[in-house]
Amino acid sequence: MRTLEQTTQEVLDLASKHFHVPPGSLAPEDDFFKKLGIDSLQTLEMLSRLENHFGIELPDYEVQGVSDFRTLASRIQSRL
Amino acid sequence: MLDLSKYQSIGAALKDALEEFSNEVCLIEADRDREKERLTYREFKDRAHPLAKALADAGFAAGERASIIMTNQSKWLISAYAIFFAGGVLVPLDYKLTPDEQWQLLVHSGANVLITEYPIWRQLSAAAGRSAAADLRTVLVTEAPANADLGGARRWEEFRGSGEPSFVSRTRKDVACIVYSSGTGGRPKGCMMTHENYLEQCVALTSIYPFAPGVRYLSILPTNHAIDFMVGFFGPFICGAAVVHLRTLRPEFVREAFLKYKITYVSLVPLVLKNLQKGLEARFGELSPGKRRVFNAIVAVNKALTKSRPRLGLSRRLLKQVHEPFGGELRTIIVGGAFSEPETLQFFYDLGIPVANGYGLTEAGTAITVNDLRPFRADTVGKPLPGMEVRIVNANADGIGEVAVRSKTVMTGYLNEPELTSESIVDGWLLTGDLGRFDAAGHLQLFGRKKNMIVTEEGKNIYPEDIEAVFESLPVKEFCIFAANYIWPKRSMVGEQLLLALHLEPGQTYSEELRRDVSARNSKLLNYKRIHGVVLFDEEFPRTASLKIKRNVLAEQLGKLDRATAFLPL
Repeated sequence: MRTLEQTTQEVLDLASKHFHVPPGSLAPEDDFFKKLGIDSLQTLEMLSRLENHFGIELPDYEVQGVSDFRTLASRIQSRL
Repeated sequence: MLDLSKYQSIGAALKDALEEFSNEVCLIEADRDREKERLTYREFKDRAHPLAKALADAGFAAGERASIIMTNQSKWLISAYAIFFAGGVLVPLDYKLTPDEQWQLLVHSGANVLITEYPIWRQLSAAAGRSAAADLRTVLVTEAPANADLGGARRWEEFRGSGEPSFVSRTRKDVACIVYSSGTGGRPKGCMMTHENYLEQCVALTSIYPFAPGVRYLSILPTNHAIDFMVGFFGPFICGAAVVHLRTLRPEFVREAFLKYKITYVSLVPLVLKNLQKGLEARFGELSPGKRRVFNAIVAVNKALTKSRPRLGLSRRLLKQVHEPFGGELRTIIVGGAFSEPETLQFFYDLGIPVANGYGLTEAGTAITVNDLRPFRADTVGKPLPGMEVRIVNANADGIGEVAVRSKTVMTGYLNEPELTSESIVDGWLLTGDLGRFDAAGHLQLFGRKKNMIVTEEGKNIYPEDIEAVFESLPVKEFCIFAANYIWPKRSMVGEQLLLALHLEPGQTYSEELRRDVSARNSKLLNYKRIHGVVLFDEEFPRTASLKIKRNVLAEQLGKLDRATAFLPL
């Protein structure tokens, strides 16, 4: 079973890969809309990738209003 | 399609539609690749009538208000039908608002009943705003887990009355819905829409884009939004068409739905349409140079053959590789909620996929103008719909002025806001706050806004007053938020931005610490509501006798600054 820290790190790694930003340039408290300059649609694409990686389903309502990696990771963690 | 001139209310028309089309499929609901529900109009009635009966048994009376806060799904439409059947006024609210914003609007609307999803209720019931909702008697939640703490709510699935409910009739002039076009925080703008508003709008829209049994509409825009309520509920139902709902709105599942359900119509906001364009362009970019040349030649042929009107059959045969991923039966993409760039509209039309662009406001009953595609014009928002009187007020030398509308589809006013209503509707004409002009062919062209607000590409209306609360107690002398184009008028409907005007304390500077404070508060707002920059102003803000900021006077003063140097991006 992953810890929240591990899950958060995996989320950051996947996001940096998905959006082609240098590994290590993203932090848990970063606002991903702002830091990555992405819109809500691109966020949805990232979610699908995260779901595949963690083997879970994240209903849309779970990620409603979430804009930082740490909260996103905790929502994923609660479904692992 | 039903003859709507015979009906007094939405509820009466829907009731007859359920009989008229009883064996047709009306709803399909899918979650990812799983189909959860497929209902005929008869089965829809079997679901809705026990709910209507239970509402009546619980004392829900004619004219009382019931709110729905749900993502798009069959239970949304079943609940709305039951509310109309019981003579109620529907208050559709945006599920994307924060719980406090939702409570604020629930209180403002005076809702007696709330129908919502369990995850939304979980957040709502924990929010502080709940205590203010004194009128709320009944809360129904859907799909609550077996042992869930319902916090005083009841299960939607078990809220069923026995026996046939009595239909409660309403008249055309009665309010059918209170729709919030914006306005959390500052001054909620609850548009009071009558049954007549919807009946007339539906007649006008279906005269240009008719629905019929067999048509499948993919409902993606939130159903609380005026467009989806009309095109994804009332319109298809009175024509016997089917509505497809997706519980997960990820791009890959949306793509699958087009193929699986052979979608005929879909409504999108400009942001999604642009995204689709990007995806297609990337696909075309992967073609080898030879194939690309052939493809471009076919597009040119299609363009020439569809110059005067769309020819769907021909375009589908010519550009099979483009149309097949859309299911092969897509007739039109309806785009709304915000302004679409002509280049994007032309891109799709050249591929044989007409985009019905138009112009509308919730206050005007959804659409005011729409492109009738005869011929297609990407540079305008089309001609006024039948029954719409549109004129340009105070036109300048170029013929550009404020767009004003008079029609049976215009709202009766804003709930509890007589002053705001009389500012917006003058002598029966709704002043839209948008600037436009008619061309020689009678098409409306838009050139920007007169009002202090922005519309994002996602179709969200943002009023500065609504987001000022997060900047309260900012350590400055005074502040005010504006739409940048309101201060420095620009002939554009895209790329709109919000700015924060700051008047600092004597001797104070715009330090990095202050910038960080502004930025931190800004990130508490949902991403589409955020300000884009700061403007410093070193004079006292003009105020009224009651010390309210005179926004229009301040905007004029700020407008004298040079935008290029005064606007400090965050």
